[in-house]
Amino acid sequence: MSVLVDENTRLLVQGFTGKEATFHARQALAYGTKVVGGVTPGKGGQTHLDLPVFNTVAEGAKAAGANASVIFVPPPFAADAIMEAADAKLALVVCITEGIPAADMVRAWAYLKSHPATRLIGPNCPGVISPGKCKIGIMPAHIHLEGHVGVVSRSGTLTYEAVGQLSALGIGQSTCIGIGGDPIIGTSFSDAIRLFNQDPDTHAMVMIGEIGGNAEETAAAYIQAHVKKPVVGFIAGQTAPAGRRMGHAGAIISGGSGKAEDKIAAMKAARVTVCPTPAEIGETVWKELSQLSNQTP
Amino acid sequence: MKIHEYQAKALLAQHAVPVPTGEVARSADEAEAAAKKIGGSVVVKAQIHAGGRGKGGGVKIAKDASEAREIAAKMLGMTLVTHQTGPEGRVVQRLLVEETLPIERELYLGIVLDRALGKNVFMASADGGVEIEEVAAKTPERILKEAIEPGLGLTPFQARKLAFGIGITGAAANLAAKAMMALARANRALDASLAEINPFILTRDGRVYALDAKINLDDNALFRHQELVELRDLNEEDPLEVEASKFGLNYIKLDGTVACMVNGAGLAMATMDIIKYAGGSPANFLDVGGGANADQIKNAFRILLSDQAVKAVLINIFGGILRCDTLAAGVVAAARELAVKVPIVVRMEGTNVELGRQVLMDSGFNFTLADGMRDAAEKAVKLATPVRKDG
Repeated sequence: MSVLVDENTRLLVQGFTGKEATFHARQALAYGTKVVGGVTPGKGGQTHLDLPVFNTVAEGAKAAGANASVIFVPPPFAADAIMEAADAKLALVVCITEGIPAADMVRAWAYLKSHPATRLIGPNCPGVISPGKCKIGIMPAHIHLEGHVGVVSRSGTLTYEAVGQLSALGIGQSTCIGIGGDPIIGTSFSDAIRLFNQDPDTHAMVMIGEIGGNAEETAAAYIQAHVKKPVVGFIAGQTAPAGRRMGHAGAIISGGSGKAEDKIAAMKAARVTVCPTPAEIGETVWKELSQLSNQTP
Repeated sequence: MKIHEYQAKALLAQHAVPVPTGEVARSADEAEAAAKKIGGSVVVKAQIHAGGRGKGGGVKIAKDASEAREIAAKMLGMTLVTHQTGPEGRVVQRLLVEETLPIERELYLGIVLDRALGKNVFMASADGGVEIEEVAAKTPERILKEAIEPGLGLTPFQARKLAFGIGITGAAANLAAKAMMALARANRALDASLAEINPFILTRDGRVYALDAKINLDDNALFRHQELVELRDLNEEDPLEVEASKFGLNYIKLDGTVACMVNGAGLAMATMDIIKYAGGSPANFLDVGGGANADQIKNAFRILLSDQAVKAVLINIFGGILRCDTLAAGVVAAARELAVKVPIVVRMEGTNVELGRQVLMDSGFNFTLADGMRDAAEKAVKLATPVRKDG
């Protein structure tokens, strides 16, 4: 099993005919993801990559039986694309777009609250992959391996780093979720960890946070109260200066909150094994998993 | 994007937030003229993008126009050091000359994004004129909050709750509530990521004013605010950071000796962290992004190396979209063109990594190849550390 995406995911690509979307739709198809079509307003009726193009998400959802979408729409129009997908009642919307104005996301967030059938991943994220089953997003497919570790992270390349280490040690992943580096995101660490916790096929989790906000602290409280599976963590930005935005719109220490040390302390208190550097993530998971197999004969 | 106090006040005034009468001055002459126009005593305030100006000598009261001139002459060109500027301080190039007001109480108003709520939150406190972080840490109950519903804005009843809640009474409460709603409207219209009035004052004759103002603009929304882009003051930014932003590079200068070039913000932060863990200190944060081309890599290199403190460069790339051979070719071209002297440690992983390594080894340059992040950091730190000669 896996969470969020699998063999039954039927994907629409929003902003389908653009350069980035085309490149990644091809990669997804090559991986075996069931891409059923795409949306580019005004190009409905055409075909692209041998797949139908629709004018609206609703039309695509109905005609192609899609239950998920991935958004490659430019920042000024991306929040609207998220709401359009929610209006079409897609179960999952993955927004890759970086640079959406915060005010637009505030509105989209409110809209999503009134459309609870839709889960948003991102924006400003690499996407979601259930290795061997379905890839939605921009992550390099070949570093992943099918298995039982759930990975959740705010960062793209740092996730690849962790996944690369796991796969090199022969440790596969159930699902890897890039939740995104923006201040307002659809799916939080807590949401992702709850999904992994409920998935019988996920045996352990990796949680990669960074400075800014307090979503890691909130997740730590959830872990303390509900999670028995081993969780390995890392927080990026221990040397980041306060008041500076470190690349991601959400990665900033402001008003004394969002510091790495506070997040690390909260995670340690919740019995998360926090790695001092990202170089140890793979081996730490390996140790946790071997302890697990010793306990259950 | 940060803007100056006088710019923030002009924007707030456009949205009907009451601000003191004032004018910006770039010379002693202009300051004198402004003071004469305002009449009576005036406040002369240094305009830099940092708080704590009063303690550093950047805010002075002048009894008349000629004293305003004297103060301005001293203040312009001085290097103002506050707890927010760092030890190097900032050179004062603009002043705000304002009327003085009879202050009865100093209050606080602010709007920030609450990530967990997914909404902006309006904050008000009776404890103005001090740092709000201090109030939040010591007496959080003295900060009142109202979530702003998108589409509705701050409603009149919410504004009244806040005004009465921070102890404003009578007719002044109405004025305060109006000012709060105006601040919320300004925040929305400007796409601000932070709007703060500290202090928000109540005068002895029952009026309210934004005595100070701080507005940060959402960089992601600047595409729809061309008029605000012009408010950017490059003098307030690090010249290398300004240069990097021209090439779409995300660069932040730090004070260490190991420069780093990384793809992705999270990995870039983690690379800084592991340099520190290995006993060194990072010279910068640099995210070249997912789709960096050879030209960007060259410019990134040039910017990294123009920092004189840099003793070694660590390149850490996890190639996904960005292929390792593309990166390697860019690095070699840059090293050749810029005649790079400092040692370069390269750690690459991901797409076409073998090809990339080959490109580096065939280049004739003495790149140090590393295996994994830890190895890379240790090697870079060692190369950046001066060799100690005994005796």
